[in-house]
Amino acid sequence: MSATHIQLDSHGRLLHFLTVEGLTRRHLTDILDTAESLRGVAERRVKKLPTLHGKTVVNLFFEASTRTRTTFELAAKRLSADVLNLNIATSSAVKGESLLDTLRNIEAMQCDMFVVRHEQSGAAEFIARHVKPHIAVLNAGDGRHAHPTQAMLDMFTIRRHKPDFPHLQIAIVGDILHSRVARSLIHALNILGAGEIRVIAPRTLLPAQVETLGARVFYDPGQGLRDVDVVVMLRLQKERMERALLPTEQEFFQRYGLTEDRLALAKPDAIVMHPGPINRGVEIDSRVADGPRSVILEQVTNGIAVRMAIMSITLGNHARPAGGTV
Amino acid sequence: MHILIQGGRVIDPAHHIDTVADLFVAVGRIAGLGQPPAGFKAECVIDARSRIVCPGLIDLCARLREPGQEHKATIASETRAAAAGGVTTLVCPPDTDPVIDEPAVVELIRRRAVAAGHARVLALGALTHRLRGERLAEMAALKEAGCVGVGDGGRPIANTRVLRRALEYAATFGLTVFLTPLDPELGFGLVHEGPVATRLGLPGIPAAAETGAIARDLELIRDIGVRVHFGRLSCARSVELVARAQAEGWSVTADVAVHHLHLSEIDLASFDSRCHVRPPLRESRDRDALRTGLASGALGALCSDHQPHEPDAKEAPLGDTEPGISGLDTLLALGLRLARDGVLPLPTLIERLTWGPARILGLDRGHLGVGAPADVCVFDPDAEWRAATLSSRGQNSPFIGWELPGRVTHTLLEGYVVHEV
Repeated sequence: MSATHIQLDSHGRLLHFLTVEGLTRRHLTDILDTAESLRGVAERRVKKLPTLHGKTVVNLFFEASTRTRTTFELAAKRLSADVLNLNIATSSAVKGESLLDTLRNIEAMQCDMFVVRHEQSGAAEFIARHVKPHIAVLNAGDGRHAHPTQAMLDMFTIRRHKPDFPHLQIAIVGDILHSRVARSLIHALNILGAGEIRVIAPRTLLPAQVETLGARVFYDPGQGLRDVDVVVMLRLQKERMERALLPTEQEFFQRYGLTEDRLALAKPDAIVMHPGPINRGVEIDSRVADGPRSVILEQVTNGIAVRMAIMSITLGNHARPAGGTV
Repeated sequence: MHILIQGGRVIDPAHHIDTVADLFVAVGRIAGLGQPPAGFKAECVIDARSRIVCPGLIDLCARLREPGQEHKATIASETRAAAAGGVTTLVCPPDTDPVIDEPAVVELIRRRAVAAGHARVLALGALTHRLRGERLAEMAALKEAGCVGVGDGGRPIANTRVLRRALEYAATFGLTVFLTPLDPELGFGLVHEGPVATRLGLPGIPAAAETGAIARDLELIRDIGVRVHFGRLSCARSVELVARAQAEGWSVTADVAVHHLHLSEIDLASFDSRCHVRPPLRESRDRDALRTGLASGALGALCSDHQPHEPDAKEAPLGDTEPGISGLDTLLALGLRLARDGVLPLPTLIERLTWGPARILGLDRGHLGVGAPADVCVFDPDAEWRAATLSSRGQNSPFIGWELPGRVTHTLLEGYVVHEV
């Protein structure tokens, strides 16, 4: 609960974007509507808006990720912000500097927004609790906990194809246990009133009592994929075999991989999503990934507009005088 | 020195005493209750009216951080906190640096504690060399040096063969073995494996990590007949397993940390690193079963599991923080809160803090019989207080800010007043 407190001001406006959990439908639709209005920017000759002119955005990545960092960078630049990329995984953290020290140093460079990725669950919230009040913190993925901007770009993509959330059935397939994407997705879909959320995985890849998050559990994709409108495939990390969670990639692909045959169980107009990067032949067959139902690349494009929206909303709320109205 | 503790409600569970009476202390020992012994001349009178007078508390698990981690705390700083909390005897687990696996370390700890003079510190020796779980430690020498038992120091022995040999060897010398019931592989996670871990995306420690280890250890004990004490149980099912073994007549005892009786996994919900403890806080039904176990006696002692930290150790994302709560300051008060809430009667609570742990250690302490060392705690049960800071050097406690009952007004260690407000 306090995560929702810390990311909201006393009027319930977003100051940070740390987790989807605890937000209202209004928060989410505001982001989606703003993203919709920003989507056109990329089609212009000059792909820039002045919204964050003079602001400095720091990409603080304690865990390597070229793709997510790039889309955040592009989003910030399209809003005319200055962007600083810090890959801490390979610099000071290794030398033993504490996270707080790193934070204080970067704060001293007078930045306005931190985009944070960290391997520890709760890291973004920790940072938000410790930064100066004028700084907005966006969570770009913390451990297994949350990846809220990914969830929002997924909502955006789903809404463009299938706006009728109460009648949607969505299946999330694969490594739910380690997935921050899955957790944020389930929260977002529940807030937007999705008809049914299903998680499909072997028991070793499901967290304890996952149904308490608000999802229906299937071990068998043959049942779980039946008549769904959206299939979200999750990336399977190779380390899972070594931790004795799965026997082999081959067996996983055979039982859970999204092939054309399996996809045929879903509704004829079902869309296929994946947060990327995809493992072809492990969780998804190339024919599906590159096929007509796949919206995987569209997700990447939408990610920029959605991140632009979240950046403008949070920094905009910071700029308002305290006590002002929405 | 003759001290008269006047007019207090004396609770001495070992002798089934709960009465308003004067308590007489002479030359470091209890000299009489009710009637002054012949020739007694009070040089000091402690007014204990409307207060409770009980044996000094015995804490079965307190990490004092010395030797090895003096940046967190020292024997002097933590024994002072103990005295302020009414604790007169502390048991220090062997995971110091260096490990308590040779007599010199036992001697060092004893000397530092005597020099500080605030509380008695008893050392547990290591069960295996360097606590590595590979070779046996010199248990006979450790016993001779004054260790009150041997243990795994919170680093459970994975190798069942080594554990079995260690239990047999300890039994040879009549040593009680203090075990941490945790399967090291299953215990790899951070918080209780349950809905909160699932929601926060934190790696879980299943209850089976503890219950599986207890089941294994009980089967080994059955063969050997060694006295074993399980420290810091956290699961409902663990209480059941221990109670059943006790009913069957095995010499098995167990304790619980007081924070496990007040908190549950819910308290971690905002990644609160102050609630990061090992074993982890579990579900409310576990907390309730532990409370029942303490009341029934299956859990024979209540301890602080005191683990003071420097602020930096807790100032990080949860997974990068160190586990443990600084608990000496709040042990009695949190216990009294249980008694006030009807979890167990006050004399039973006092028993679990004094005579109970004394029996587990096989010590003639924790009671107020004539001739016993005058370790006494006097407290005002009605005083409400809100801890703003702790006496311990470690300020890492989720109970800071709680409204707590019971303030210790006097602590006597072998007849010396070591704390007074």
